[in-house]
Amino acid sequence: MLQISKIHSYYGQAHILTDVSLEVNAGEVVVLLGRNGAGKSTTLKSIIGLVRPASGAVVFAGTRIERLAPYRIARMGLGYVPEERRIFTDLSVLENLEVGRQPPRARAPTWDFEKLGALFPNLREMPDRLGGRMSGGEQQMLTIARTLMGNPACILLDEPSEGVAPVIVDQMAEAIRGLKAAGVAILLSEQNLHFAMEVADRAYIIEKGGIRFEGTMQALSANAEVQAQYLAV
Amino acid sequence: MSPDAFAVQFLNGLASASTLFLIAVGLSLIFGVTRIVNFAHGSFYMLGIFVAYSLVTRIGDSPFGFWVSMLLAALVVAIVGLLVELVLLRRIYQAPELFQLLATFAVVLIVRDATLAIWGPEDLLGPRAPGLKGSVDILGRQFPTYDLVLICIGPAVLAALWFVLTRTRFGVLIRAATQDRDMVGALGVNQAWLFSGVFALGAFLAALGGALQLPREPANLGIDLVAIGEAFVVVVVGGMGSIPGAFLAAFIIAEIKAMCFAIGQTTLFGVSFSFSKLTLVVEFLVMAAVLIWRPWGLMGRPGAATRNAAEIEVPLKPADARTRKLGWVVLIALVLLPLVGTAFPYTIVLSIDILVAVLFATSLHFIMGPGGMHSFGHAAYFGLGAYGAGLLVKQLGWPMEGALAAAPVAAAVGALIFGWFCVRLSGVYLAMLTLAFAQIVWSIAFQWDELTGGSNGIVGLWPAEWLSEKWAYYYLTLTLTVAGVLLLWRVLLAPFGYALRAGRDSPLRADAIGIDVFHTQWMGFVLAGAVCGVAGGLFAFSKGSIAPEAISVGRSIDGLVMVLLGGIQTLSGPVVGAALFTWLQDLIAREFQYWRAALGFTILVLVLAFPLGVAGSIKRLFVKEVA
Ligand SMILES: Nc1ncnc2c1ncn2[C@@H]1O[C@H](COP(=O)(O)OP(=O)(O)OP(=O)(O)O)[C@@H](O)[C@H]1O
Ligand SMILES: [Mg+2]
Repeated sequence: MLQISKIHSYYGQAHILTDVSLEVNAGEVVVLLGRNGAGKSTTLKSIIGLVRPASGAVVFAGTRIERLAPYRIARMGLGYVPEERRIFTDLSVLENLEVGRQPPRARAPTWDFEKLGALFPNLREMPDRLGGRMSGGEQQMLTIARTLMGNPACILLDEPSEGVAPVIVDQMAEAIRGLKAAGVAILLSEQNLHFAMEVADRAYIIEKGGIRFEGTMQALSANAEVQAQYLAV
Repeated sequence: MSPDAFAVQFLNGLASASTLFLIAVGLSLIFGVTRIVNFAHGSFYMLGIFVAYSLVTRIGDSPFGFWVSMLLAALVVAIVGLLVELVLLRRIYQAPELFQLLATFAVVLIVRDATLAIWGPEDLLGPRAPGLKGSVDILGRQFPTYDLVLICIGPAVLAALWFVLTRTRFGVLIRAATQDRDMVGALGVNQAWLFSGVFALGAFLAALGGALQLPREPANLGIDLVAIGEAFVVVVVGGMGSIPGAFLAAFIIAEIKAMCFAIGQTTLFGVSFSFSKLTLVVEFLVMAAVLIWRPWGLMGRPGAATRNAAEIEVPLKPADARTRKLGWVVLIALVLLPLVGTAFPYTIVLSIDILVAVLFATSLHFIMGPGGMHSFGHAAYFGLGAYGAGLLVKQLGWPMEGALAAAPVAAAVGALIFGWFCVRLSGVYLAMLTLAFAQIVWSIAFQWDELTGGSNGIVGLWPAEWLSEKWAYYYLTLTLTVAGVLLLWRVLLAPFGYALRAGRDSPLRADAIGIDVFHTQWMGFVLAGAVCGVAGGLFAFSKGSIAPEAISVGRSIDGLVMVLLGGIQTLSGPVVGAALFTWLQDLIAREFQYWRAALGFTILVLVLAFPLGVAGSIKRLFVKEVA
C-alpha cells in the first residue's frame, strides 16, 4: 500500500533523513519507533509532502507521490495526523470535521459523525464545542477524527500517545485497533514501546535519521539489545 | 454643538463606516488566509468607482439598472482581482513578506496608469442614485436618502459574510485556513483555489464599496492610496484577520472623524483649535494608541500576524579585497564626475538626487535588514531633517550650514520618540505604527500653514554662497553620503551591529546572553533616523524648497522599493537599489507618460526574476554557497 524507498530529507542545510526505507501493507499497523529528535515526524512529513525529500521515492497505491503537493496526496486517500494536533481552535468540532471531509472512495471505509462517535465517544457529546475549549485528549481524538473524514485508506499517525492521560492512551489504543478492524492501514510514530506493543504488527526503529531495525513486534520484544540501544532513555 | 448637527454628523459617520468596512473587511480576509498585505486593495476600490461610472452612465437610469451596475462593477473588479492572484500572487506565496508587499505595490502603479489610460485624468462625477435622490428630515436638517441606504449596507454585508463564513464549506475552510493553512492543505484542500476565492471575494467587496461611493463623490485617480491607507488603519485597529474587528474599527474611526467635523473650530483652555483639521491624522492617532495598548488590535489575537519565515542569512562580512577595489573605482568615478558633468549639467543634478536616495535607502536598510524592523514610515525622518533645517533657516535665520548640521538632530529627536513606541512591536504591526507616525509628521507639515507653509511648503532654501555652484553642492552631498553610508556599515560590523542582528534573529536568546534588545533596537532606530535626517536636509537645499508632497507615504514606499530592489541581505544592496531606482524613475518619467505602469512592470520583473534583490543576485553569482 505504501512504500518508501531510500529517501533523504533536509531542513535547510541540515541533513535529517538518510536513506530511509519502509513499507506498510494493506490493513497493517506499523510503528516507527525512536527517541526524541530521531526523525520520526520528519519521516511522516516527507511522506505527506510537508517536507519534500531531496531524493528517493514514495509510492502510495501504486503511484509515485514524492513530488506531489500535500493536498493531492491527501486526496489519494493518505491521511496525516500531526503530532502537535493542529486543531482549528476557532472552529467547532463539527466544523473541524467539515474541513477534513472528502468524497467517499472505493476500497476504504467511509466515515461520518455517527461512526466517529462510536470510535471516540467523547466527541459525540460535544458537536458544537470549540476546538480551543477541548482538553488535550479530546483534541487528540478530534485530530484523528478530522483526518478520518477524508475516508483514507491509510493514515500516518504522529505520536498519538504523547502528552495525554493514561486513560486516553488506552482509548487511543482501542481506537487504533478499531481502525485496523475497519480496514485502515496505519503508520504510527511512537516513543512509547509499551503502547506500540499493544497495537502494532511490525516495527521499524529510527535513530539519527536512519532505520536501524526492522521486524515483527515479537522479534522486537525478544531483542533486548536493540531495545536497550535505541529505545531506552 | 446642537443636537441636530450632532445627529447628522453621527449619521454621516455611519455612512462612511459602511464604506470603510467594505474596503477593510476584504483586506482583512485576504491577510488572514494568504498572509499577504495587499497594497492593491485600494486600487480595487478605485476601479470599483470607475467601472461603476461607466456602467451607470450607460444602464443606470432606472433603480434596477443602477443597482445592477453596482453589482456588475464589483463583479468585474473581482475578476480583475482573480487575475492578479492567478498571474502574480500565486508565484510569490513563499516569498518573503516584503517582496509580496512590493509586488502588490507594483499592481497599484499598474492599475493607476491603466485607469488613467482608460478613463482619462479628469474627475468623473456620477449621477445620483435613481429613486434615492431626495433627502429625509432629521431633527429639522436634511440628510440624503441614499446615505441612509448606505448605512444599512454595512451591517447587511457583515451579516452576509457571517452567513458565508459559518454556514458554507467555503467559509469554514476560510476560517480554518486563517488559522493554519498548511494543515488545511494536508487535509486535502487545494489551498490555491481557496486563496483565489478569498482574493476575488475581497476585491469584490472593495469594489462594491467603491461603486457605492459614486453618487457621493467623484471618481478620482488618487483615491487608491487614500483608501488603502484608511483600510490599513481599520484592519490594524480591528485586528488583522478579524471581521467583527474590522466592523468595530470602521465604526469607531468613522465616528471619531465625524465628531471632529461636528465640533469644528473650538476654544480649549483659551487656545483656538480646529478639530476638523484633525481629521487627517485622527485615525492614525487612534491606530497608534491601539497599537501601543493592544498591539494585536481590538479583536485580533496576539501573535496571529507574526510569520516566522525569516530567511536564514549568510552573516554580514567586511568587504573582501575585490569588493573594496570595486568600491574605490566607484568612488573615484564619482569624484571625477563633475569634470564630465559640466558638459551635461543634468548629470550633476541627477547624481545629487541619487546620492540623497542612497543615503535615505541605506539608513532605511539599517533598521530593516540588520535591525529586522520593517519601517513603512521612513519618510518621517527625511521630513524632520528637511523641515527642521528649513524652519531654522526661515524662522530663526540660521545659516544654511548650521541648519544642515541640525537636520540629523531634528530627525534623531523624532526617532527617539517614535522609536520608543515602535520597537516594542514587530512585523506588520511595527510597519503600520511607523506608517502612522510618518502620516502624523506629514499632516502637521501639511496643515500647520503659519509655520510650515502648508501644501506649498517652505521655499527659498538655498545653499550658502560657497556651495551655490552645482558641482560644489555635489561634493558636499557626496562627502556626507559617503560618510553616512560608511558610518552605518562600520556600526553594523561592530559589536553593536551584531547585537542588533542577534535581537532580530532571536530576541529571547539575545536577551539571555545579556543583550538589551529593546535599547539596542531603539538606538539603531535613532541612528538610522539621524542619518536619514541628513538626507532630508541635503534634499531640501538641493531643491531650494521642501513641501509635504516630498515626505508623503510615497517616499517611504520608494525607500522600501530601493532596499528590496538592491537586496536586503547585502550591505551594498540599498546603494545599488537606490541608484538604480532613482535613475530608472528619472529615465522613465521623462520619456514616458505611463511611467508608473512601466515602473510597476519593472518591479514585477525584478521581484520575479531576482528574489534576492539585484545586489544579492549578483553576489550569488560570484560567491559560492557557504556550507
Ligand atoms: N523545522 C525544522 N527546522 C530545522 N530542524 C528541524 C526542524 N524540525 C525538526 N528538526 C530537526 O530534525 C531532527 C528530527 O526531528 P523530528 O521532529 O523528525 O524528530 P522526532 O523523531 O519526531 O522527535 P520527537 O519525538 O521529539 O517528536 C531533529 O534533530 C530536529 O531538531
Ligand atoms: Mg516528532
